[in-house]
Amino acid sequence: MSTVPIEVGHPSVQHWAEPGHADDRSFLRKYVFSTDHKVIGCQFLFMSLFFLLVGGALAMFIRWQLGWPGTPVPGGAFLGEAKAPGGIILPEFYNSLVTMHGTFMIFFAIMPLLVGVFGNWLIPLHVGAADMAFPRLNMASFWTAVPAGLIMLASFFVTGGASAAGWTSYAPLSAVPEYSGVYMGQKLWCISLIVLGFASLMGAVNYITTIVNMRAPGMTWMRLPLPIWALFITAILVLLAIPVLTGALIMLLFDQTIGTTFFLPPDGGQPLMWQHLFWYFGHPEVYILILPAMGIASEVLSNGSRKPIFGYRFMVYAIVAIAFLGWIVWGHHMFQSGMNPYLGATFMTSTMIIAVPSAIKVFNWLGTLYRGNIHFHTPMLNAIAFVAMFVIGGLSGVFMASTPVDIYIHDTYFIVAHIHYVLFGGSLFAIFAGIYFWYPKFFGRMMNPVLGKIHFVLTFVFYNLVFFPMHNLGLDGMMRRIYDPNQYEFLQPLQPMNTLISVSALLLGAAQLIFMFNFLWSLRRGKKAPSNPWNANSLEWTLPSPPPHGNFATMPTVYRGPYEYSSPGRDVDYWPQSEPPDGRRGGGREGVRA
Amino acid sequence: MEGMKVYNLKLGMWVFLLSEVMFFSSLIGAYIILRFAHPEQWAEPNHVLNVPLTGFNTFMLICSSVTMVKAFAAIEHGDQAGLRKWLIATIILGAAFVGIQVYEYIKLAGHGFVPVAASYAAEGGPLYGTTFYTMTGFHGAHVTIGVLALIFTAVKAFRGKYSATDYGGVEIMGLYWHFVDLVWIILFTIVYLI
Repeated sequence: MSTVPIEVGHPSVQHWAEPGHADDRSFLRKYVFSTDHKVIGCQFLFMSLFFLLVGGALAMFIRWQLGWPGTPVPGGAFLGEAKAPGGIILPEFYNSLVTMHGTFMIFFAIMPLLVGVFGNWLIPLHVGAADMAFPRLNMASFWTAVPAGLIMLASFFVTGGASAAGWTSYAPLSAVPEYSGVYMGQKLWCISLIVLGFASLMGAVNYITTIVNMRAPGMTWMRLPLPIWALFITAILVLLAIPVLTGALIMLLFDQTIGTTFFLPPDGGQPLMWQHLFWYFGHPEVYILILPAMGIASEVLSNGSRKPIFGYRFMVYAIVAIAFLGWIVWGHHMFQSGMNPYLGATFMTSTMIIAVPSAIKVFNWLGTLYRGNIHFHTPMLNAIAFVAMFVIGGLSGVFMASTPVDIYIHDTYFIVAHIHYVLFGGSLFAIFAGIYFWYPKFFGRMMNPVLGKIHFVLTFVFYNLVFFPMHNLGLDGMMRRIYDPNQYEFLQPLQPMNTLISVSALLLGAAQLIFMFNFLWSLRRGKKAPSNPWNANSLEWTLPSPPPHGNFATMPTVYRGPYEYSSPGRDVDYWPQSEPPDGRRGGGREGVRA
Repeated sequence: MEGMKVYNLKLGMWVFLLSEVMFFSSLIGAYIILRFAHPEQWAEPNHVLNVPLTGFNTFMLICSSVTMVKAFAAIEHGDQAGLRKWLIATIILGAAFVGIQVYEYIKLAGHGFVPVAASYAAEGGPLYGTTFYTMTGFHGAHVTIGVLALIFTAVKAFRGKYSATDYGGVEIMGLYWHFVDLVWIILFTIVYLI
């Protein structure tokens, strides 16, 4: 069908908003069941920030138990006698806390923040389109993610409590209710993630189609802003990895409900198969959680350094290489699982190779900063923190990839330290950078820079006080997910360090209240945002803040890449992508805000 | 506009089908692992399954792909009557496939070939029933969804919503239908023939 001309079938011609045309959509269509990618992005933002708060609260309970084992949680009475009699967290409930903290943070906070929020906010604007390729599918994606989150939340309130088999849900622990004491909760866990899988899938189809097919004239592949490259590759990972998780979850759910025997050894089922299926999804998932963060950081670092991103093409190639290698390393989560030891060497090698494209990215970020005219605004501070923390997390990843080292540190707090250095120190700092950077564009107000900097400094300090000592805990032998390390004599000397971590964790949690206040207060009281507060180049900054429904008044034309900062011979240090070379104002530079 | 010379709906369907490939790969991969690990739990297919009946069913599903192509070819030339006729034929064949599969399930369950490990009573072992029903069941669900989508497409066809210049809905329906057909040919081979 290569002869089919582009107009045939479903027309992909975009409908540009007419200037001055009043927006007559009802309240419900405009803010609730909206098909506008910007509104859906904001909806994802509120949803995932809520779940970030839930996941963070669970972490506070975990840290209370580890910092002051066996003492009542302040105000813990509301947890109920079944979970925490007299406010003292029971071991069974602690298992649920650990499981649900991981589940909420990975699936309902970081993943929707990166993919749902920035995917929706940025893709159509950055490629120069009126909206996503399938706006209604986009709306369906959000409204499928919400029930998934509610199902997951509901599992706390059913008999037996929420899933307690870890966020990895290893079978047969997760497949036999008697083993973990969790009945309905584990089934709800499976169902929720299956439903969420549909939401992710709808998003991925939309993102890929939009990026491939709806780029404005002149927006060639090598002129795409790096967040879009990252989101494009991420969407491919989501598209191909999530169905494998869905398949595995369905098998697990069948084992729990109708009595099949995929993962149950007595009838010949294979527990190791769950681990293979899970990590075949799980490792690409790791890159789903970091690639968009890398894209955001690249955008902010180039803008804050007032310099072109160093090695644009290699940044792109590195993203592709990381994503490809991400498919052939899943076994490094299973060195100690009893799989064939020869496989360990293979997975060790492929894993260590990932350090090469990752290092290319890090050195390119440093090259971008080098001799730049650095503006230390809040997004920039967070982006720089992202680079620094990602280096620590990435390097500890190389330690763990080495099989002899992993024999010693697997399933210890070293692993916990590593994942938090990449997921919190990496992804979340980039998310903060992204929110501070694009908040003015989507809410029309600036966030308060002073509060932003206070929030950044406190978060950075307490974050490192929480997670850096965890490396030491792990090397000293403290197991991850352990309820009370003091039951072992050799772990008792670690209690002061655990208490220090818990104090820091509570302060880290408290510091986020500053962000919450800044976010909510600025919605109404923040300084009005100009259309281009950061003097940035990409297409969204040519539009008013917030951009109108339909985005561009006329289809923009793109003349250059997005990182043309400090070009010689210009009187300003930025050069918008849609500004014609001869200095005429290009199409789409002025929005249609009446 | 930059982009491929493929309209959005079609590109979106191709992208979606890629994820379907991964979904069925996880089920088929699990089947292969379990069968290699426990060959004693499998029996000669024709001892347990009704291979000739399912062979006929397979033939019907392949025929339904042909009728789907005919429907698409008709609307490409603006032939409304041909589109309706061939869509109806595809719906009938697809529905018959699901019907025969349900009939086979009932027969098999009567012989103790069930997905529930605890009550498995046929030749081989419980893994046989577990994997058989999961794989063929998810394929059957895809055919059922396909038949419903075909009915939706046919209703639109009867209202004259498609034309020689606007046939995207029929084309992506066809893509999905051929994909489901292709999956069945793989499943039939690994479940019923070897």
